[in-house]
Amino acid sequence: MRRSTRRSRAAVESAGPADLPTSQLTTMAAVEVSFTPLPAHVRTARLIAAAVARRLGIEGALLDEIRLAVGEACSRAVAVHQRQAPTKPVTLTILDENDSLVVTVIDTAGDEQASETQPPEDPFELLTGASSDASGALDVLPSGFGLAVIAGLVDDLDVVRGPSGTVVRMSWKSPERDATARTTGAAEESPN
Amino acid sequence: MDLSLATRTEGDRTVVSVGGEIDVYTAPKLREQLIDLVSAGNYHLVVDMESVDFLDSTGLGVLVGGLKRVRAHDGSLELVCTQERILKIFRITGLTKVFPIHASVDEAIASGG
Repeated sequence: MRRSTRRSRAAVESAGPADLPTSQLTTMAAVEVSFTPLPAHVRTARLIAAAVARRLGIEGALLDEIRLAVGEACSRAVAVHQRQAPTKPVTLTILDENDSLVVTVIDTAGDEQASETQPPEDPFELLTGASSDASGALDVLPSGFGLAVIAGLVDDLDVVRGPSGTVVRMSWKSPERDATARTTGAAEESPN
Repeated sequence: MDLSLATRTEGDRTVVSVGGEIDVYTAPKLREQLIDLVSAGNYHLVVDMESVDFLDSTGLGVLVGGLKRVRAHDGSLELVCTQERILKIFRITGLTKVFPIHASVDEAIASGG
């Protein structure tokens, strides 16, 4: 069953609750992982996403894009959790939905993260610090940078902010997967 | 894979060869290296990224921070990268305009930045 309607590329919602039904995700998820919000686990999340994508026959540049986008989404979630909810886990789900790979990263760090600073139109402003976050750290890009990178990588992006946190849902069409590969993959239950 | 760092001097340039993955976990190590180099008076840096397997926006932030630091001393920070998967994030973010990106360390040094 296809869930929602397909939105335009990089649509970003700022209204509505973060209400992706977990039960639905659980029944459909190829993989669902919860991890404590530590930077070291972001790499683990990337490796898991890449492993699932590979199993679905995704390789090359698309695999690199998935790895990067998942890393950005998880880095963002870890950052907001470390500020607001360091003891709560971040959840990553990876679904194989018909012709698409759908990756969702859910943070439960509350709703006080709406003030993400957008990247400047002119990247040279990053050097002058005119658009840097209030922290003033030289090495920290505007907090909205990760989502901007993701928007440049995925076929569809939904960002839903709600009272409990933010849901970042990314999907990629994978036209190279043919019916044979899917059947073989589904029947492949024997150990390696 | 963790991050590997090696530095060497070529003329008035300091070449930092980076290998492995630059992400939210490893980027602080690269940041410390760049800060140490600038603190020691090395203001013309070449960061060789040919052995980098992964770079995210946290890593970009550290490179931007490095560029800010050397520019404060009228220095330069040149990148060496030919890998499409690494170049992609520079293109998406428009940072190809901010960083001089070269195909080899020799080319970066010859650019005279």
